Amino acid sequence: MLDDLSENQSLLQADCISKSFGSVPVLFSVNMEVHPGEVHALIGENGAGKSTLMKILSGFHSPSSGRILFEGQEISLPPNGEAEMMGIVLIHQELNLAEQMTVEENIFLGRELTKNGVLDRLAMQSIVKEYLQDIGLNISPSARISDLSIAEKQMVEIVKAISRNARVLIMDEPTAVLTEAETEIFFRQVLKLKEKGVAIVFVSHKLTEVKKISDRITILRDGQWIGTKDAGDVSLDAMAQMMVGRELSDLYPPMREADVDADVVLELKNLSTDGVRGVNFQLRKGEILGFSGLIGAGRTSVFEAICALRPITGGQVFVDGRETHFASVAAVRDAGIAYLTKDRKAKGLLLDKKMRPNLTLFSLPKFIKKFGLDTRAEDKALERAVRRFDIRARDPDITVGDMSGGNQQKLLLAKVMESEPRIVIIDEPTRGIDVGTKQQVYHFITALAAEGVSVVVISSEMPEIIGVCHRVVVMREGQITGSLTGDDITENEIVRYAAGLKREGAQ
Amino acid sequence: MTVSATNPLTRGKQMKFDVKTAGPAIALILLCIIGFSLNPAFLSEGNLSNLLTRSAFIGIIAIGATFVITAGGIDLSVGSMAAAIAGVMIIIMNSAVETLGTGVATVLLGCGCSILLGIGAGWINGVLTTKGKIEAFIVTLGTMGIYRSLVTYFADGGTLSLDFAIRGTYRPVYYDSFFGLPIPVWVFIVVSIVGWFLLNRTAFGRYCTAIGSNEGVAKYSAIKVDSVKTMTYMIQGLCVSLATIIYVPRLGSASSSTGVLWELEAIAAVIIGGTVLKGGYGRIGGTILGALILTTIGNILNFTDLISNYLNGTMQGLIIIIAVWLQRGDWGKAKAKQA
Repeated sequence: MLDDLSENQSLLQADCISKSFGSVPVLFSVNMEVHPGEVHALIGENGAGKSTLMKILSGFHSPSSGRILFEGQEISLPPNGEAEMMGIVLIHQELNLAEQMTVEENIFLGRELTKNGVLDRLAMQSIVKEYLQDIGLNISPSARISDLSIAEKQMVEIVKAISRNARVLIMDEPTAVLTEAETEIFFRQVLKLKEKGVAIVFVSHKLTEVKKISDRITILRDGQWIGTKDAGDVSLDAMAQMMVGRELSDLYPPMREADVDADVVLELKNLSTDGVRGVNFQLRKGEILGFSGLIGAGRTSVFEAICALRPITGGQVFVDGRETHFASVAAVRDAGIAYLTKDRKAKGLLLDKKMRPNLTLFSLPKFIKKFGLDTRAEDKALERAVRRFDIRARDPDITVGDMSGGNQQKLLLAKVMESEPRIVIIDEPTRGIDVGTKQQVYHFITALAAEGVSVVVISSEMPEIIGVCHRVVVMREGQITGSLTGDDITENEIVRYAAGLKREGAQ
Repeated sequence: MTVSATNPLTRGKQMKFDVKTAGPAIALILLCIIGFSLNPAFLSEGNLSNLLTRSAFIGIIAIGATFVITAGGIDLSVGSMAAAIAGVMIIIMNSAVETLGTGVATVLLGCGCSILLGIGAGWINGVLTTKGKIEAFIVTLGTMGIYRSLVTYFADGGTLSLDFAIRGTYRPVYYDSFFGLPIPVWVFIVVSIVGWFLLNRTAFGRYCTAIGSNEGVAKYSAIKVDSVKTMTYMIQGLCVSLATIIYVPRLGSASSSTGVLWELEAIAAVIIGGTVLKGGYGRIGGTILGALILTTIGNILNFTDLISNYLNGTMQGLIIIIAVWLQRGDWGKAKAKQA
């Protein structure tokens, strides 16, 4: 710990910040104080409001109410990342680099050094080289960003921030996509910045990491400020307790026993696709099978391969015991299999269209009468879907992009279910939606299984995997490392498989 | 985690769409009023039928272009394609005189070949963009050059002329009327109705819109993106061949200057009609109005001495820019509301 006096003076402070998007409140009177030279972790479940708070602290969102203080002065931060000028830098999870430009060009983007009106490449290059050496990063200043690994890109973002004399560095899940070795390097860099007096705020779901690196921890839950603690004073369990807080039984429906003798509807033998090797598993009728693992473990790839969205490079897929080779997504759909993407905006819904065309798009052949589309049947389907999935749109003619995340997710569910699948793969079922909608989604999943539909839930949120699944498969680096059933499904066990501490022989 | 919530909700889209839909119709009515006030002969039956016939070529091609653009593509090759098809048609018909004579059979053979050539040329454009994964702009820029040079080559730098006797047989297709309307206008009407139905009332049309709106979503929604996109280029090719079939009897010849700049006029008609250039929203009705507007401008300039006829292109260019600016202006207002 630093015993610097300045440590006790806050550099950036959020005071009773509240925020709502439309009619959906996301943050309720949250406090957070950041001191120079401290590493401050922000933890909480998904949807707790961490990202929103970070965006408010860096000026990307403006708070609905409350004050922001910078060096003790109340200010309103300039929008669109202009707060960088004041030394407040947010590093987004989806990094913000010009992919086709070089490292050097990115670092000096917008404030290039010039000599006699011409770019002073030599000077810029030598400065960047110095930074890179300082950070221990072995890449050339003239390397193209698109050629770098994600970890390297992240480092470049950090160098960029340092080079702009960042005083507060805010990072959204910086370690989510890093390997352990890369994380080590990253933390070394964080400590160096800390010594220089930079305040570092970061979000992480890896609690051990949080405990190790941070000085103080702020916990959010459902948009509420739960507390700020010294890292030395809280145990991992205490952190988790504060994060989850509520009675989980309220959120998840009672678990129905799965029929272990039910027919196997989907089986994979030794499936390989890009980044995935030798995947074997069985899915039974009426079963809810969870797929857990770190981001990038290859879970999505496995199911995209099954659904003909990605080429299969090896192995076999059996549906109802028969080997199948699907030629197109349409053939997969006709076989009764549907995949619900986690990327709602880029792959799930047409944001500039209304609800009706979105709802029927996946199963449009069903709505063909003679030569044309049966719009009346479409309208009826929409009415049904709105009732069944409780989609709340003030106006049935609303453009989907203007709906809340929760309602979009419900519409996406409705769209996929419109094809009446027997096997549904739901990738991150509750990404970016509020707790109330989450609960509805969980109940819906459970009800589906009760009707005999087999459901695969891919999720990075452990509580939800534990709360709804009969069985959990854990993946790491493109391979299945373990499978858990019943009482063995615990956060601890999943983490051990996901982190590679434990591994099962082939099933 | 990354998606925290959606943007603030927006409202009041209804008004905007009305303006957008009615805009081209209002513009056309205004043009007609201007035309009539400058010279009452503008609304004479003869002139109107001439105007409609002229707009049929660009109109038919533009209907094809509406599909391509709605699905997020672009086809720059249509003008050259028309010239090349016209050239090959003439060569085929001329060489069939010996075996088939100068009757209807030869003309039908020419028309059949034209349709096959059009669909084939469209297929090439489509496959190169989808399977070859080359941008549509590049592919069609390339085929535009190829088709243009082919027609020059076939004509040996000069003009390909249709056999005089066949010309007599073929002539009515352009010059005759049916129920008071010239035949090209009938073709235009039929293509319009079929096109409108296809885009607005069939799964195919919905797929085109979905692909243009967001290809990723389309792919994940079990749409065969590549084949739908290829189909749009084939429809475009078919439209070009239909336009060529009614164009050839007009002059009975083809040269390297046939169909020059048709691609730009077709794209302009589509955009004036309110179809979004980056795809995802298409209007056949608007395209028809767009084609009529473009032809009407030229027609009015012919009728009056107020502005030189040589400034036709200037007027068309201004109309295109104003049309798109008006559409953009609407979006600006929507954004202001959002903030």
